[in-house]
Amino acid sequence: MRDLVWIFLSAAVINNFTLALFLGLCPFMGVSARVGTALRMGGANVFVLVITSLCVWALNTWVLVHAPYLQLIAFIVVIASLVQIVEMAIRKMSPTLFRELGIFLPLITTNCAILGLAIFQTNRGYGFLEGMAFALGAGAGLTLALVLMASLRETVDLADVPAVARGLGLVLIIAGSLSLAFMGFAGLLSG
Amino acid sequence: MRTTTPRQDLLRGIWRENPVLIHLLGLCPALAVTNTVANSLAMGIATFFVLTGSSLLVSSLRRLIPAEVRISAYILIIATFVTVADMALAAIVPDIHKALGAFIALIVVNCMILGRQEAFASKNTVGRALLDAVGTGTGFLIAMLMMGSVREVLGAGTFLGISLFGAGFEPWVVMVLPPGGFFTLGFLLLGLSWFERRRARRQAVPGGAPALRRAA
Repeated sequence: MRDLVWIFLSAAVINNFTLALFLGLCPFMGVSARVGTALRMGGANVFVLVITSLCVWALNTWVLVHAPYLQLIAFIVVIASLVQIVEMAIRKMSPTLFRELGIFLPLITTNCAILGLAIFQTNRGYGFLEGMAFALGAGAGLTLALVLMASLRETVDLADVPAVARGLGLVLIIAGSLSLAFMGFAGLLSG
Repeated sequence: MRTTTPRQDLLRGIWRENPVLIHLLGLCPALAVTNTVANSLAMGIATFFVLTGSSLLVSSLRRLIPAEVRISAYILIIATFVTVADMALAAIVPDIHKALGAFIALIVVNCMILGRQEAFASKNTVGRALLDAVGTGTGFLIAMLMMGSVREVLGAGTFLGISLFGAGFEPWVVMVLPPGGFFTLGFLLLGLSWFERRRARRQAVPGGAPALRRAA
């Protein structure tokens, strides 16, 4: 149990997917302009991450032991079809949620956080429960980073920024400062 | 479709439409593995190889791939080349392969590569797709080397492992840590935007016509 909590916390804050490992930067830059969209994007990511973790565990246990060189191709095919299936299922079962998520759902396929999770989970040899904790932690970390960034950007929108710094240069520097702040968590569980 | 000359196909990606610095594509590897020049170089070359290979294959198969499943087909082609690059790096430079870790496999989801397949290779002849891929790949390599040089020189005081400043230099350790990646790219973009604005102002003054500022 202690291990699971550690894996969760490590993925969520200490090795935050976005701010420490640079995974999932596209949505981090693209949809972090408003807090509401950032939250929904985070939610969609948590959902896909958890299902991916489940599928990767199944693949690793039953299929890839026989053909390790197919790892990458198997992962990406599974993730792409998974996102497609999830999209169809949500459209059928909850049209409201489908409209809320909009374009973000298909875009998750090319989000490196998802494939990153699959590869890290394999390299570290996580089992089923550990994989779940890892996926939930990674999702929580992504959502946290997205929401923090969105609230900062909403504030910066109202500030008097020099014309040359408007745009993504400033966003990257804010991200750097956030990343610096998150480095402070590094000592969290050693003491 | 815009008509462009082969020369433009090749040159466009290198600087004017640089994938990283102008279009902000492929940011994950550009930030994650640029902490040393050697890593940036290996990553740049691997991405160049994958991009060129996939562009060639996608453009020669463009009449055979049905439109409905084209994205999955592109991803499969890209994943095949990445697997090749992964194994090649592990065989040739095992140390760098270890340092890059999962980021080699993550070339699959580099949006720059998929973007070039969808926007260019799938609609053009093999020759033009090759020129476009070489240009874009070179642009990516240049951006990676810029990031890598700044971060290694400031963060470790070395270039390709060779000490530059002697023992008196106190390295800015933060530059080789994750925040340094964000800061380096942020300041590069700010610098580019400053140059762009200065040029726009200079062009605007003599002719009197408002110069177009390229959208960041």
